[in-house]
Amino acid sequence: MTPTEVFMQQVIYGLSNGMIIALVALGYTMVYGIVELINFAHGDLFMLGGFFALTIVGALGAAGVLDIAHMGDHSNWLLLFGLVIAAGVFCGGLNVAIDRVVYKPMRKSPKLTQLVAAIGVSFIIVNLGLFWGGAPMEVFGGGNAAAASKDFPEILEGSNLLGEDSNIVLRLEDLAIFIVTIPLMIALTIFVKKTRLGRGMRATAQNPVAAKLMGIDTDRVISATFLIGGFLGGAASVMWSLYNNTISFQMGFRAGMDAFTAAVLGGIGSMPGAMLGGVLIGLIRAMSDQYIETRWTNVVVFGVLILILVFRPSGLLGLKQREKV
Amino acid sequence: MSALLEIKGIVAGYGSVEVLHEVSLTVNEGEIVTLIGGNGAGKSTTLMCTSGIVPLRGGEIHFAGERISAAGGGVRADKLVGRGLVQVPEGRRIFPRMTVLENLMMGAYGRDDKAGIAADLEKVYALFDILKQRSAQLGGTLSGGEQQMLAIGRAILSKPRLLMMDEPSMGIAPILVANIFRAVAQLNREGLTILLVEQNANAALRLARRGYVLETGRVTLTDDAGKLLVDPRVREAYLGDS
Repeated sequence: MTPTEVFMQQVIYGLSNGMIIALVALGYTMVYGIVELINFAHGDLFMLGGFFALTIVGALGAAGVLDIAHMGDHSNWLLLFGLVIAAGVFCGGLNVAIDRVVYKPMRKSPKLTQLVAAIGVSFIIVNLGLFWGGAPMEVFGGGNAAAASKDFPEILEGSNLLGEDSNIVLRLEDLAIFIVTIPLMIALTIFVKKTRLGRGMRATAQNPVAAKLMGIDTDRVISATFLIGGFLGGAASVMWSLYNNTISFQMGFRAGMDAFTAAVLGGIGSMPGAMLGGVLIGLIRAMSDQYIETRWTNVVVFGVLILILVFRPSGLLGLKQREKV
Repeated sequence: MSALLEIKGIVAGYGSVEVLHEVSLTVNEGEIVTLIGGNGAGKSTTLMCTSGIVPLRGGEIHFAGERISAAGGGVRADKLVGRGLVQVPEGRRIFPRMTVLENLMMGAYGRDDKAGIAADLEKVYALFDILKQRSAQLGGTLSGGEQQMLAIGRAILSKPRLLMMDEPSMGIAPILVANIFRAVAQLNREGLTILLVEQNANAALRLARRGYVLETGRVTLTDDAGKLLVDPRVREAYLGDS
């Protein structure tokens, strides 16, 4: 491989991972924008999405609909899109339920109380994942112990799209990530700009009292935000599981930290910021893996986070709070 | 003259602090009524209770003949706007990262009558020409006075029956205050009922038909605005006579 090819390969890895991180980061930034809560459970919700998708695959296999042993032989786009939507709805619904049961009763409590509650929810979900991993399902290959990583089946065919002779590898999985994430981001942007509920979201984020005085049902807006944020997290988890071919109850922690860093890097509360931050974190990880050393990558990523917090606390695209009173 | 808004002995507060102790006031159809008083008297809380943002601990509020609020609950804030109970809040509370036009359209959030919305938008532009010139500019970049005009315009797009305004003159250049008060008078001439909360008692009493004086959560005086304007107690406390 020439140095250029090595670099291009890292760009592909970085962009693919970055788009997934960006989807998760949107869930952090949207919820923060509307209720000023760092939803620490968001990464773990993402993890449950992977388990949910794997369980569906297992159930379809058990029912004879899918031939699990030969899944990678040909691409099953229908299954992929189905899983993305199913995991999205699952995580979105769960996110709304968590908000109603845990966060909503303490909406007027100090922010620290809410943050600690979110960390508590995170622990609960991680252990739910551990419990789920112990479920006796044949599809959970890779280890029978509850805590072991589970194999996630190949849904798309694995050959190199650039030809078997090419040194740079671009697979359908990479492409699928763009096919899923880019339309979701475009749809989200249009939704927030153009629809009534989307305008209600922006208004609630900018001034919740004024939003109520405009006749906006802010409780409904908040639920919609948790629903959409959760949906994006669920969709991201299917793409992540597909890309890495493995899931574990701990995967939410690292993905969550990457996504949270991305949201802060882009400017927490800013949706374009979360998208940009996600892609940048993905690229930084890939470059650090290649040119520094894998074990230094977390140091590099969080080093970037610290530099941002010191020199540009509002993030790359975040707005400085300078409203006239 | 029929009463559009009746506030009957409301009690409200925040945490362990009671701010309003049985406040009562009435606004009749077509009137401008002003509620004056010093800092912390409870003027804004009165409006926030009426808009359904701050819950009542006692008393009742009636609007257009219906009870909208009492201790233990009432009509939700977002539903009141649809009934025509609209507030221009203290400090404007415009949406800083939306354009002027987007801000105005937020006022029409609950409306579906496109023709009516377009007509009201023209009305706002006729009232405040500057808003039309700045329609594509972000709300947060306007001056204080322009933001106040925007907040009033936004409220007009909510199609109010009663417009409650909380200190529209606060922190604004005097020339713009005159503009805003002229606009308020014009809106009232066109038939809009207005409840005006002000610290600028002089200007408010000249504009209003009747006035209430609120002191530490109690209505201590109420009369025709002309009489309050010459009342020695009011002059001493709020108009700078000594």
